Amino acid sequence: MKATVLVRPKGGILDPQGEAVERSLRQLGFEVAQARVGRVIDLEVDAPNAEEARTQLERMCENLLANPLIESYEIELEEHGA
Amino acid sequence: MTERRPRIAVIVFPGSNDDRDAAWALSAVGADSQLVWHADPELPRVDAVVLPGGFSYGDYLRCGAIARFAPIMEAVARFAAAGGPVLGVCNGFQILCEAGLLPGVLRPNESLSFVCRDVPLVVERTDTPFTARCELGETLTIPVKHGEGCYHPPDDLPEEQIALRYAPGENPNGSERDIAGVLNAEGNVMGLMPHPEHAVDPLLGSGDGGLILASLVDAARERSYTRAS
Repeated sequence: MKATVLVRPKGGILDPQGEAVERSLRQLGFEVAQARVGRVIDLEVDAPNAEEARTQLERMCENLLANPLIESYEIELEEHGA
Repeated sequence: MTERRPRIAVIVFPGSNDDRDAAWALSAVGADSQLVWHADPELPRVDAVVLPGGFSYGDYLRCGAIARFAPIMEAVARFAAAGGPVLGVCNGFQILCEAGLLPGVLRPNESLSFVCRDVPLVVERTDTPFTARCELGETLTIPVKHGEGCYHPPDDLPEEQIALRYAPGENPNGSERDIAGVLNAEGNVMGLMPHPEHAVDPLLGSGDGGLILASLVDAARERSYTRAS
């Protein structure tokens, strides 16, 4: 089962990468109010059903993929099969 | 005078690069240091543990995030839980945070630039195994060299857990509350971004890092006597 995990810096957490991207976009003439930089992790999970896959993915996020102190995560499951 | 030389483990992760400097510096201030490979499931008989600087596992995902799962880390956690002194320098600090042995987390420097220079640090606590040889309020000069040293503490981090601060106006990375070195609640685990092992000989700029390492060696020696008696 294919899954995508999106990891983002939590609101209020300083994101110097996002600020640098925002400045560069402004220099290019784009009107950008804010940019935040996170991370995308594409995965293939071996699980019998979507519910089990989601449980596993949540544990992956809590244990390794995100640091809950500073990052939030979002799980997207491609449910229509392998 | 012959004092006992306590044994201190320096953990070597793939990508550690200050392990030998740390081992040399600890020996210079009176310890028998021993390099211990990250894949070992147990620590040898030691009186203190140092996690050195470097780029363990290429800093993939987040600094220290992968190293935290190295087999030796379970043994380090047990050693810390039993009251053993554990010092993490730079990447070692990042690993201790990711492992939950220290509060908070380290983020990319506010400037997004790698910083490599001497920084003045103010000693905030002297009743710890890592700072006992320092004077309260004393300024130490110790070099930093890192890209991700911006410390983000939990909101409720008590003042007592701050052992070292960057001197006013000298914060090199944007760390909150100017925190340079932080303790666990019990006071037997400390992490810091500056590198005491690079400041043990005044000939190379500063010997102030030697105060921190010698404090650790004192604590380790004390522990070795207790264990032997």
